[in-house]
Amino acid sequence: MANRRTIRKWFWVWDFDKEEDWLNEMAMNGWVLDRVGFCSYDFVKCEPGEYTVREEMHAFDESYVSFMEETGAEYVGRFFMWSFFRKKTADGPFDLFSDIDSRIAHLDKIGKVLTIIGGANLAIGLVNTFNPSHVGWINLLCATLLMYGLGRIHGKKEALEKERFLHE
Amino acid sequence: MADGFALTEATYYILLSLVRPRHGYGIMQQTEELSGGRVHLAAGTLYGALNALSAKGWIIQIPSEEDSRRKDYRLTEKGLQVLHAEVARLRELADNGERILREE
Repeated sequence: MANRRTIRKWFWVWDFDKEEDWLNEMAMNGWVLDRVGFCSYDFVKCEPGEYTVREEMHAFDESYVSFMEETGAEYVGRFFMWSFFRKKTADGPFDLFSDIDSRIAHLDKIGKVLTIIGGANLAIGLVNTFNPSHVGWINLLCATLLMYGLGRIHGKKEALEKERFLHE
Repeated sequence: MADGFALTEATYYILLSLVRPRHGYGIMQQTEELSGGRVHLAAGTLYGALNALSAKGWIIQIPSEEDSRRKDYRLTEKGLQVLHAEVARLRELADNGERILREE
């Protein structure tokens, strides 16, 4: 099938901006995102640059989806806690965030999720270190990785906060 | 009062747009028009701001007259007071700026 293709690719959650850049590069090359899954992206053929693609971590909220659709965006799908949208470039510029405050609020949301999952892994890992039959070290490894991610998100947030000190 | 803080540009234009009832996309268009295209409200930012302003009681949701499935927003009495206070604050900023630059 020449009109569809699936690409398997892995992005860390703290590299969500790189993921979005890649999805827009794909759209620039005539392939627009049509479905998302675990490490899997389905694309359909489009005119090069026909679409802008955006993604956001968001609890599922039907009224948000209809709000987005009302502004001319199309809901592509969801994976885990991330929603993906696309909009035709001819219908105007497409951004999800237009000020520093809402960008920081989005990073806070991602940070909170990383903290909860990382904290749970840390707790399970610590409990299981006292239990020789279990592999608590896997949880501790996950916790370490998620804490690293949290640090990356925090770094992005600090850069925005520095900017906000002078202007909105 | 706006809790003693300055409003962000986005908040200011959202409140200004809601002196008349409007839906989300209407707020975006009105803001672009009022600011001559300078201020653009992105959908995620606007959605978050509308929820925050509703929680503060500065705006309320009302059923749309044109489309019953749609939700419109309107300024409350409290929101109107905040807007008046902000206009006074902005006037002070602009007046001071003009006066001092004229003297130089």
